[in-house]
Amino acid sequence: MAAPAPILRMSGIGKQFPGVKALDGVDFRLLPGEVHALMGENGAGKSTLIKVLTGVYDIDAGEIELEGRRVAFSSPLAAQQAGISTVYQEVNLCTNLSVAENIFIGREPRRFGRIQWRAMRRRAAEILSRLDLDIDVSAPLASYSLAIQQMVAIARAVDIDAKVLILDEPTSSLDAGEVAQLFRVMRRLKEQGIAILFVSHFLDQIYEISDRMTILRNGKLVGEYLTSELSQVELVGKMIGRELADLEKLEARPPAREGAPLVEAERLGRPGAIEPFTLTIHEGEVVGLAGLLGSGRTEVARLLFGADHAGTGALKIGGEQVSLRTPRSAVARKLAFCSENRRAEGLIPDLTVRENIILALQAARGWTRPIPRRKQDELVDKYVAALNIRPADPDQLVRNLSGGNQQKVLLARWLILEPRLLILDEPTRGIDVGAKAEIQRLVAELSDGGMAVLFISAELEEVLRLSHKVGVLRDRRLVAELDNDERLTTDALTETIASGARA
Amino acid sequence: MTSITGLPGLRRVVPQKYVPVLVTACLFVAMFVAGGVRYDNFATGQIILNVFIDNAFLLVVAVGMTFVILTGGIDLSVGSVVALATMVSASLLKDGWPAYAVIALVLVIGATLGLGMGAIIHYFEIQPFIVTLAGMFLARGLCYTISTDSIPIENETFTAIAQTRINLGGDLSLSPSAVISIVVVLIAAYMLHYTRLGRNVYATGGSEQSALLMGLPVARTKIAVYTISGFCSALGGLLFAFYSLSGYGLSAVGMELDAIAAVVIGGTLLTGGSGYLAGTVLGVLVLGLIQTIISFEGTLSSWWTKIFIGVLLFAFILLQRVFSAGSRRGAH
Repeated sequence: MAAPAPILRMSGIGKQFPGVKALDGVDFRLLPGEVHALMGENGAGKSTLIKVLTGVYDIDAGEIELEGRRVAFSSPLAAQQAGISTVYQEVNLCTNLSVAENIFIGREPRRFGRIQWRAMRRRAAEILSRLDLDIDVSAPLASYSLAIQQMVAIARAVDIDAKVLILDEPTSSLDAGEVAQLFRVMRRLKEQGIAILFVSHFLDQIYEISDRMTILRNGKLVGEYLTSELSQVELVGKMIGRELADLEKLEARPPAREGAPLVEAERLGRPGAIEPFTLTIHEGEVVGLAGLLGSGRTEVARLLFGADHAGTGALKIGGEQVSLRTPRSAVARKLAFCSENRRAEGLIPDLTVRENIILALQAARGWTRPIPRRKQDELVDKYVAALNIRPADPDQLVRNLSGGNQQKVLLARWLILEPRLLILDEPTRGIDVGAKAEIQRLVAELSDGGMAVLFISAELEEVLRLSHKVGVLRDRRLVAELDNDERLTTDALTETIASGARA
Repeated sequence: MTSITGLPGLRRVVPQKYVPVLVTACLFVAMFVAGGVRYDNFATGQIILNVFIDNAFLLVVAVGMTFVILTGGIDLSVGSVVALATMVSASLLKDGWPAYAVIALVLVIGATLGLGMGAIIHYFEIQPFIVTLAGMFLARGLCYTISTDSIPIENETFTAIAQTRINLGGDLSLSPSAVISIVVVLIAAYMLHYTRLGRNVYATGGSEQSALLMGLPVARTKIAVYTISGFCSALGGLLFAFYSLSGYGLSAVGMELDAIAAVVIGGTLLTGGSGYLAGTVLGVLVLGLIQTIISFEGTLSSWWTKIFIGVLLFAFILLQRVFSAGSRRGAH
C-alpha cells in the first residue's frame, strides 16, 4: 500500500534518568489505520517512550509531531485532548459506576446542568455497538469481565475523538476468547483510520494483529519492520541482541554429577499465572530458565518457593511430598529465593549491609534468639570477602551501594542460610559487567559444592554458560527442557523461544 | 457477580446495588411493626414524623457525612461544628444581632471550616481522619472561648421556629426543622444523582486514581464534599439551636459517631463509591426509632440505645464485607 503521511512522528527522542539513559535518539512513527507493535525486552524503553509521548515525562532531546505540528504535552490529560488516548494494563475506570457513566463521566450530556441519563445510556449503547459489544450499559462496570472493562476503556478513549490509541499490554490478563474479542475491536478501529500503538509480550498476538513493529533495545532504536517481513526468530534475536559477552569464559561446564533429585515438581501450576509444568532439579545442578519477559519464568520460581499457591499438581522436596503454603516453609526446607525486584521485595535500603545480610538468618532463628554480635561479624565478614562486596564496610547503608553490590548483599543473605536450592531471578539484570562475571562464577562454585541452583535470566548466553539444563518458557508454558550440550546454542535456544517447539 | 448467600431471591428481583438500602428499609419496617404490636398508640404516622422532628439536625449532619464517606473520606469534626454553631448563634443573638444575619454567618463559618479542612486533606495529602480530628478539637475549643456555660436563646424568630408546628392534615404535624431537613435531603439527592459534582463524588470514591486519569476534577470534588459537610454541620447546629433553644459547648458530643453510624447502617460503604442518600435517611430513622421504642418500653435505660446501635453496626459492617468481597471477586 502507498504509505500515507504519518499521523505521529517522534524523532531523536532522548530521556535521561539519574544514572540511566532510558531513551537515546529514538525515532518512531505511526501511520493512520495501522496497528504498530512496540517491541523490546523489559528496560528497553518501551514504557518510557509511551510516557514521554503521553506527557507523563518531559523529553530531554528530540521532538514530537502530531499531524505535522510540533507538540509537547504537559500531562496525560493534555495528550488526551489532543487525540492521544492510552489504555493501560490495569483498567483505569471506576468499577462502582455504570458502564455508560464510565464512558461519559466528565462529558455527560446535560440540560440546564442536569445529567440526561437516558441520552447518556443511549449514546453509550451506540458507541459500544460500533465495537460489536452488546451489553447492559446501566449495569455497574464491576459486573463485567476484565476484557469487557478493557473494551469500555477503549470505548471511552475512542469517543474522546482519538487519533492515536495506545494499548499498553491490554491482553496480559485476558483469556484466548477475550483476546479475540479485543482484536476484533482493534481491527474495527483500524478501519476507521485510528492509529494503534500496541504493546504485548505475547509474540503470537503481535503477529496476529500488528502491521508494523518498532524494536527497542537498551533505550536505542533497533529498527522498524513490517511484521510480514520479519520472522519470529529474527524478532527475538533483535530484541535480545547478540552482545558477545566481554566476560572471560568460564571453563566448560562439567556435566552435573548424578545427584539425587532435590526438587520434583509434578504438573505444578497456577491458573492465570503458569500452566502446569513438570520439572526436576537435582542436587548440584544448575537449571536455567529462558524465555521472554512475561513468559512465566518468575511464576515458576514463585510456585517452587511457595510465594504463590499452586493451584494444581504436587511438589516433592528431597523425595518428600510437601505443600508450601508460605515462603517461610520453603525457607525451613532450605530453599532460598533472590527476587528479581531487589528493591521492592528483597533489600531494605535504610538498613546496613550487616543488618540486611543477617535478616533471613535471624528470621529463621526467631526474633527471641538474637544472633550474637561476634557471630554476626564473623558471618558478614566472610561473605563480604567471599562475594567481594564493595565497599567492604558492613556498616554502610545498602542504599549507597551500586546495583551489583546490592545484588551480592541479597545473595549473601540467602547463602548464610546454606540453602539446598538457590533460586536466582534475574540476578545480573542492571548490574555492570564485572559484578555480573563475579556472580556467574559464584553460581558455578556453589553448584560444584553440591547446591542446586535455578537460574533465571533474559540473557541467553548467560543461561547457556551456567546451566546444565535449560527450561524454555513461552506464553506461560514450559515448552521445552533441553540438556545443555555442545549442540545447544543461543540460536537453537532463540529458535525454541520463538517457535515454541523443541529445536 | 458472585451470589450473596441467603438473599438469592432478592438479588434476582433488584440489582445488587440496592440490596443494602432495602435491608435497612426492611429492618425499619420490622421495627415499626414490632413496636406497633407491642405498644398501644405506637403504629401511627406521627411516630415516624416525630422521629424526623427529634432527629432533624442529625439527618442534616448525616447528609453531609454521606457526601464525605462516598468519596472514601470521613469527617470527625461535625459534632463540634454543630456545637460551635449553637454557641455562635446563642451568643450573637444575646448581643442583639438579627436572626437572619446570625443564620447566614453561622452557615458561612461552617462551610469555611469544611473548605479549610478539605483543602488541607487534598493539597497536603493528609488522611481525612487526622485532619478532621484536629478540626473537631479546634471547633470544640472555640466553643469554650465563647463561653463555658450554656447560653439560652430568647430571640423571637428562633423561639417562633421552635414552637411552630406545620399541620399536615389529620393528626399529623411537622416542625419547620424537620421540613428543612427533608428539603436538604431532596436537594442533596438531586446533586448526587443529577449533577456532575455528584457523579464525581461517586467516581472519586470508586477509585481516586482512575478518576484522576479520566480527567475528573478530583481536587475540586474532595474539597467540595468537606465544604458541604461543614455547611450541613452548621445547618444541623442551627436546627439543634431551634430544638434546644440554647447554645452549649458540650452539646452534640459524639454526634459525628451517630452520623457515621446512620450512614453505615444506611448501606453506604465506608471505603467510598457506593451508597444512597435514601439509605442515610433510613439509617437516621432506624436510630431514631430505637430511641422511641426504648422510651415506650419505659423500664429500659437510655444506654440500651447505644447497645442496639452497636449491635446493628456490627451486623451492617459484616453485611458490607460480604458485599464488597462479592463485588471484588466479580471484578476479576
